[in-house]
Amino acid sequence: MKTLEEIHKIREEKRKELDLRVNTKADTREKHILVCHGTGCTSSKSPEILENFRKILKEKNIENVRVIMTGCFGLCAKGPIVIIRPEDTFYSNVTPEDCEEIIQTHIVEGKIVERLLCKDIDGTIVNRLDDLNFYKKQKRIALKNCGVINPECIDEYIAFDGYRALERVLREMTPEEVIETIKASGLRGRGGAGFPTGKKWEITKGYQADQKYVVCNADEGDPGAFMDRSILEGDPHSVLESMMIAGYAIGAIKGFIYVRAEYPIAVKRFQKAIDQAREYGILGKNIFGTNFEFDVEVRLGAGAFVCGEETALLESIEGKRGQPRVKPPYPAESGLWGKPTLINNVETFANITRIILNGAEWYSSIGTETSKGTKVFALGGNVNNIGLVEVPMGTTLREIVFDIGGGIPNGRQFKAAQTGGPSGGCIPVEHLDTPIDYESLKTIGSMMGSGGLIVMDDTKCMVCLAKFYLEFTVSESCGKCTPCRIGTKRMLEILEKLCNGEGSEFDIYRLEKLAVNIQKASICGLGQSAPNPVSSTLKYFREEFRQHAIEKECKTLECKALSKITIDPEKCKGCGLCQKHCPVNAIEGEAREKRVINQDKCIKCGTCLTNCPFHAIGN
Amino acid sequence: MEEEKKVCQCGCNGRDEFLDKLCEEYKPIKDNLIQMLNEVQEHYGYVPIKAQEVLSEYLKVPMAEIYGVVTFYSRFTLKPKGKYNIAVCLGTACYVKGSQKIMDRLKERLKIEPGETTKDGMFSIEETRCVGACGLAPVFTVNGEVYGKATVQKLDQVLNALSGKEE
Repeated sequence: MKTLEEIHKIREEKRKELDLRVNTKADTREKHILVCHGTGCTSSKSPEILENFRKILKEKNIENVRVIMTGCFGLCAKGPIVIIRPEDTFYSNVTPEDCEEIIQTHIVEGKIVERLLCKDIDGTIVNRLDDLNFYKKQKRIALKNCGVINPECIDEYIAFDGYRALERVLREMTPEEVIETIKASGLRGRGGAGFPTGKKWEITKGYQADQKYVVCNADEGDPGAFMDRSILEGDPHSVLESMMIAGYAIGAIKGFIYVRAEYPIAVKRFQKAIDQAREYGILGKNIFGTNFEFDVEVRLGAGAFVCGEETALLESIEGKRGQPRVKPPYPAESGLWGKPTLINNVETFANITRIILNGAEWYSSIGTETSKGTKVFALGGNVNNIGLVEVPMGTTLREIVFDIGGGIPNGRQFKAAQTGGPSGGCIPVEHLDTPIDYESLKTIGSMMGSGGLIVMDDTKCMVCLAKFYLEFTVSESCGKCTPCRIGTKRMLEILEKLCNGEGSEFDIYRLEKLAVNIQKASICGLGQSAPNPVSSTLKYFREEFRQHAIEKECKTLECKALSKITIDPEKCKGCGLCQKHCPVNAIEGEAREKRVINQDKCIKCGTCLTNCPFHAIGN
Repeated sequence: MEEEKKVCQCGCNGRDEFLDKLCEEYKPIKDNLIQMLNEVQEHYGYVPIKAQEVLSEYLKVPMAEIYGVVTFYSRFTLKPKGKYNIAVCLGTACYVKGSQKIMDRLKERLKIEPGETTKDGMFSIEETRCVGACGLAPVFTVNGEVYGKATVQKLDQVLNALSGKEE
């Protein structure tokens, strides 16, 4: 147990000690080596790097240097990432073997290890993270602490204004004032649908009951999205604190966080955060000397995408199959065990403490007319800078993909960007300048979704992509209502036919008809949005569907039955490299002669394409 | 009769230290079913019938309902996994970077489908949706250890190394 005064003292002392984390001119002789411990970097051995640093420091008897694990810095493509503070030197693609050199050259001799510096897309070498184009257009609110603090240390969180928002709320504000502040900030749900958060709190508060619940939805099932995971891994206390603020506002004393079991690091860190907060008396009874009490429990998901739907999630917490309930009643009225329940997404919660501390006005000054604040996107796919980006609402897709993301690798062309995962849609090149907010994304047939943003280059077949998403929905449909269970299966069968060259123009019509029916007749968000990937690709890439159906042709190599690889005799110089690499000996022709592909033998693997130095092979 | 009911098919007479401890740890309320199943899955690598029977008895939930829950969630499996469980990420970021090729190669090499285990009990394949290492796409994991920026060649190397280790 810590008293409020003790917590104030920790904040003051720790803040001074950690000034070098955020201040490059900090007056200190200490150095901190920050090693990213997000899932991406952990997978490429960052725990080993951390251990190595510590070992070498000990061997060399170097004092005043601390090695600290942090959450995700965002630029996962360059991981593992190591940053040395206060000078803020940024080393990328570090291996455990590099530790010795970093310590010797950087720490002991005070020189920079040039070979480990990061090369930006335009070729310039950068010393500092903030100098990268990747960071220039970003604004970090939800991710503010990620990469700055050690997520497993409550004192470090407290140092950077941690639990100050809770203190202010409990001691200076009424629940009504809290709700008014959140409403005035204009914050909307970051889980995808964008329901105004303050309003949701107000409605839940309005229902009278002996028990109410706060639930944090961390069942991030959208494949290719990892925002929530990174927040939980990098700054778990901020989510915990915000859940408590929500509890105070709506009158709940119990909270649950539902996390995917596939995120072991996030689960571990959040559990640790709960334990530490309990130890400090921040969770429990009489919090900060008031009569407010609150407790949080972790519940693990067991791998079902549909559990991201709020009512299915509630069913799952209750220990049942995660099948959505019919709404209304909404969870605000009848949720967990029939009690009023507030469900918000991780990223939504991560914004709450900042709004309380900096004010609603500050928050609502960021973003567009209808969408305030920032949004975190997990940028992935065919783009140079894969990673986590947080941008103000209203940033255009072009800025995200080309300025922040660094454009498309291997000299290919941008074809489409997919937002919203299996519930969203594809955005073609002509809509690249659309500002990102809830409304404009909806207008162009996609949706904000939870924040997955997958970029595709011109080697991707849109019919195949639609098929990929339908495969996902078919396997994840819970089976409760017929339009989704059977309808999506029928759509998938049609798409398979198209990809195998067995389709007809009538199939395109059937796809459209099914899409409308499934959307109108399904009971939950998963079913209602399941046809979106098909509808949006049909809208923008109809010609490609037509080619598959009528001309039996696929311009990419993805539909094997429909593609044909040929060698352009004009360009072929007869070098024979393609022949050498072909795994099935399908390329014929003698030395220095122009080569020809035997179509009967060709398996369309594309190996020859990538090996031809003269770009003579095409499809 | 009471005694007889507890006898399960595997011949262990329903007694199992792990399950006994599990029942001590959790209160006998229905809400705990998924939490307990998660632990069972973790411990055995699958959800054996005997565990379902014990849970059914303890939580007062019919076997049919437990079976319903076990088959609903993809994390629970009814068959033991192989010594090396290889999971290929088929999330969008990995898909776009060609993870299907890795999966196809894996199926070709091991001659089993996702969800199955090789006859010698060495390997099993699993499809997974996003392990969160999108920066390393495409990825596959072997018993939870992540192999990033995967290629068919890299997969072959890993498979060769794993089968070589056993010989």
